Amino acid sequence: MSETKLSLKARGSVLTSENEQLRILSEIKGCPPFEAPMGRIGLDPLYATGISIFQMNLGKLCNQACRHCHVDAAPDRREMMTRETAEACIDALAQTDIPTVDITGGAPELNPHFRWVVAAARALGRHVIDRCNLSVLLLPSQADLAAFLADHQVEIIASLPYYRPAQTDAQRGEGIFEKSIAALRLLNQIGYGVEGSGLILNLVHNPVGAFLPPKQEAIEAQFRKELKLRYGVVFNRLYTITNMPISRFLEFLIETGNVGGYMERLANAFNPAAAAGVMCRYTLSVGWDGTLYDCDFNQMLDLPVDGGAPRHLSDFDPAALHHRRIVTGNHCYGCTAGAGSSCGGALT
Amino acid sequence: METYYHPGDLGKFAEMGKGNKELWEKFTSYYNAVFAEGALTEREKALIALAVSHAVQCPYCIDSYTQACLEKGSNVEEMTEAVHVACAIRGGASLVHGVQMRNVAQKLSM
Repeated sequence: MSETKLSLKARGSVLTSENEQLRILSEIKGCPPFEAPMGRIGLDPLYATGISIFQMNLGKLCNQACRHCHVDAAPDRREMMTRETAEACIDALAQTDIPTVDITGGAPELNPHFRWVVAAARALGRHVIDRCNLSVLLLPSQADLAAFLADHQVEIIASLPYYRPAQTDAQRGEGIFEKSIAALRLLNQIGYGVEGSGLILNLVHNPVGAFLPPKQEAIEAQFRKELKLRYGVVFNRLYTITNMPISRFLEFLIETGNVGGYMERLANAFNPAAAAGVMCRYTLSVGWDGTLYDCDFNQMLDLPVDGGAPRHLSDFDPAALHHRRIVTGNHCYGCTAGAGSSCGGALT
Repeated sequence: METYYHPGDLGKFAEMGKGNKELWEKFTSYYNAVFAEGALTEREKALIALAVSHAVQCPYCIDSYTQACLEKGSNVEEMTEAVHVACAIRGGASLVHGVQMRNVAQKLSM
């Protein structure tokens, strides 16, 4: 088992190459090209239906180095959205009526312009989501972060793969579970996740291994019971997300001999209903350097928007982007398997 | 190596429908109904199935229900306890038959 305290990039892994990842995914036996089942249900080519989520990836720096991270984020990564690009995002947003801004990373809060972005998006009247790894809230430099998020009515979507320490630490690093619980208690104390407070705290569960997530409602009930009973922690909703077979999770799959079986599992569980509702159809994802993508996963595979749509914020054109053709590949099976998967959880 | 069991055969399970489609459909219909959410949750049923898989020593079922238990949100601690339940019943079943042994021995002995 490889030590993932360092990013793939820092370790000089061949998987740093997006082309190598795409090649591996395209050559797996038992896993037909993603376009085949999509074609059978009349969704190839796949088109966007509009844009209701403006996702901003503020960079790859993170204080954690989770084994499944599709961003290859880690403390050693330095890619970071500049203030100039952040301002271009807000300018672009202002040209639209896109209701939701979804801020992600790495740990997006470690970008020095994070708070400016939040305040600017809120000033435009948009709903803002912070994808938070929880432990970042305990960093001395972020002592006032929870209060800032509450002041700006930011929805927090926090990763917590499991309600027991062993599984969470196996995926996210030794001691992360304990820190996550401390951060959740801190958030609960200021009202996050507490009914009637208006401060939304949603959790994300993703499998700790090469298998599909459970039914969202069932695992949410389990989390609610266990977190309340064992730690006194409450939350609003729990989202299930399927592990995407790219970057460090792909490394795990290869190292453990699971890559073929996992891709076959995803392909066999292809769900037409989930395929029709995939998040790329209503999301625009902006990379740290201003490049535009259909989703965060395409972003990590260096697959910008295509089909004649502008590929960079500097050419932002909402009309051209609204009904763009989506770029797909075999990694997309991750969003269409079982109940489906998106940044907002199960799709069906 | 030649063995009676091949992991790939699990994926060919549906081929059993080729011999008698009607019975296969009755079986799958019943099977799916058994594992649907009911008075017991799907998660609980998967744990029971995992335990029974060990009791009947079916390697295909063990593969299948190990994955099913994980995909229904169970953890290895819970799954291990389920296997111990199967083990306890199997062991207990042998032991309780020991009473029969004792009865026979008593009858035959002076």
